[in-house]
Amino acid sequence: MNSIKGQYAIVGVGESDVGKRGSRPGVTVMDLDLEAGVRAIRDSGLRKEDIDGVIARGPQSNYSAVLAGCLGLPPRHYICDVGLSGSASATMILNAVAALHAGFCTSVLCMNGSVGGDEGGGGGEGVRGGWVHDLSQPFGQLGAPTGYSLLARRHMHEYGTTSEQFGAIAVACRKHASLNSNASYRTPITLEDHQNSRMIADPFRLLDCCPSTVAAGAVIITSAERARDLPNKPVYLLGLGHCNTHSDGQYAPNMTTVAMRDASQRAYEMAGLGPKDVDFANLYDCFTYAALVTLEDYGFCKKGEGGAFVENGRIELGGELPLNTGGGLLSQGHASGFLHITESATQLRGAAGERQVADAKIGIVSGQCGTLGINACLLLGNEPG
Amino acid sequence: MAQASSRPVPVPSPRTQPFWDGCARDELLLQRCKSCHIYWHPPSPLCPNCLSNDYEWTPASGRGTVYTFSVVHHAFGHAWEPLVPYVLAVIELAEGPRMLSNVVDVPPDAVRIGMDVAVIFQPVSETISLPLFRPVAS
Ligand SMILES: [Zn+2]
Repeated sequence: MNSIKGQYAIVGVGESDVGKRGSRPGVTVMDLDLEAGVRAIRDSGLRKEDIDGVIARGPQSNYSAVLAGCLGLPPRHYICDVGLSGSASATMILNAVAALHAGFCTSVLCMNGSVGGDEGGGGGEGVRGGWVHDLSQPFGQLGAPTGYSLLARRHMHEYGTTSEQFGAIAVACRKHASLNSNASYRTPITLEDHQNSRMIADPFRLLDCCPSTVAAGAVIITSAERARDLPNKPVYLLGLGHCNTHSDGQYAPNMTTVAMRDASQRAYEMAGLGPKDVDFANLYDCFTYAALVTLEDYGFCKKGEGGAFVENGRIELGGELPLNTGGGLLSQGHASGFLHITESATQLRGAAGERQVADAKIGIVSGQCGTLGINACLLLGNEPG
Repeated sequence: MAQASSRPVPVPSPRTQPFWDGCARDELLLQRCKSCHIYWHPPSPLCPNCLSNDYEWTPASGRGTVYTFSVVHHAFGHAWEPLVPYVLAVIELAEGPRMLSNVVDVPPDAVRIGMDVAVIFQPVSETISLPLFRPVAS
């Protein structure tokens, strides 16, 4: 494999102010993306004239060009609008590295955010799977929870995974959000709170579902060489992997071993690293189960043992593998997973304050969509390798 | 389950129209490749195995098993309020493909993965019947 290990780095990090749905009346995705984008530019120490690539995901097909114009950037040499909903954020990083490595451009600004119900989280009424709309919606596959709950139930059937084990993930995310001043849901919850929350799509309770939030994130990626001249500690891209196994969970050839397995294998191979080398994991958690199956397929435990793995504080700060250290989609904010990237960079800079993972050197990020059928995996480090 | 008339009625696409036409005649149709003879679902223009577009809509047995399911308690839209809780299920058809549907005529807490089911057709408009599944003896 043509390894880009350590050749490119995140040099600018920005998050919008995040909050619960409705907490910022009138705010649009564009407002949020630009807020995060400007913060990333300022954080990087680059002049905006140095940014010649823009990647975004928005409500119109030339959205990246719209944002570039709003930011007054010089003529761009690479712009790209990414689809793939929840996988978009991590996929943007793959696209940015590919564009840099091909020589199309020299510094890429990636932005992604969401407002309220457009992410289809708990309580959302959006209809998934447009191409099979008439074969899913009439049976009540509506919003994201129904689709993911089908896969979660299958995992419970095959491996004995329990609702309490899903709950351990919700509790850990909330605990981490309580230590993050830029998180939407910060009041700690207990496993009992999880078990008492109302059933949405059994086996998912309300606290298994990420809430609707307003949030965006942005990063700037450039060469490791250029990164050395910038004020902040670079966060290096060590391994990148992508995999697609299905588009809609109900038709997945395998419902319990999903796109994450091969995506992570490629990322580990590129980085020359394995799960044992990883200090923290920021894994896409639109639902608790999504993070649980990702832990398995990313190799942190054997297939089927994700339920036992997440128990007893192992995934909480101070545990063996802190999971979703900023609170995740479940408690920090949705932003289609972009905050997993900004949070990982913050951790690897050693700038996470109260929620800092001690001696964090390597972090792993998952972005996913397609009901676990599309995955982008990132391995990030505080050294180039 | 509440009365049928409150359910949203599917709007077929040109690609799925033959499937829905079959349901209206109480036939569960699957595309079947004339070259390599596999069945597939959901409808698509090509055989996903050999890429032939020479296929025929073939009546399926209507038998299958519950591959997985969810008991949906939250009404995602007002139309669903009288219908919750309902059982959303993936049915593994005897012919191989999996199909999204509902398991009906059984209390939701009695539904199990692996349960044998057979199709029934529930009219929801003049031209549309939904293929639903109910438990049968194996
Ligand atoms: Zn064929």
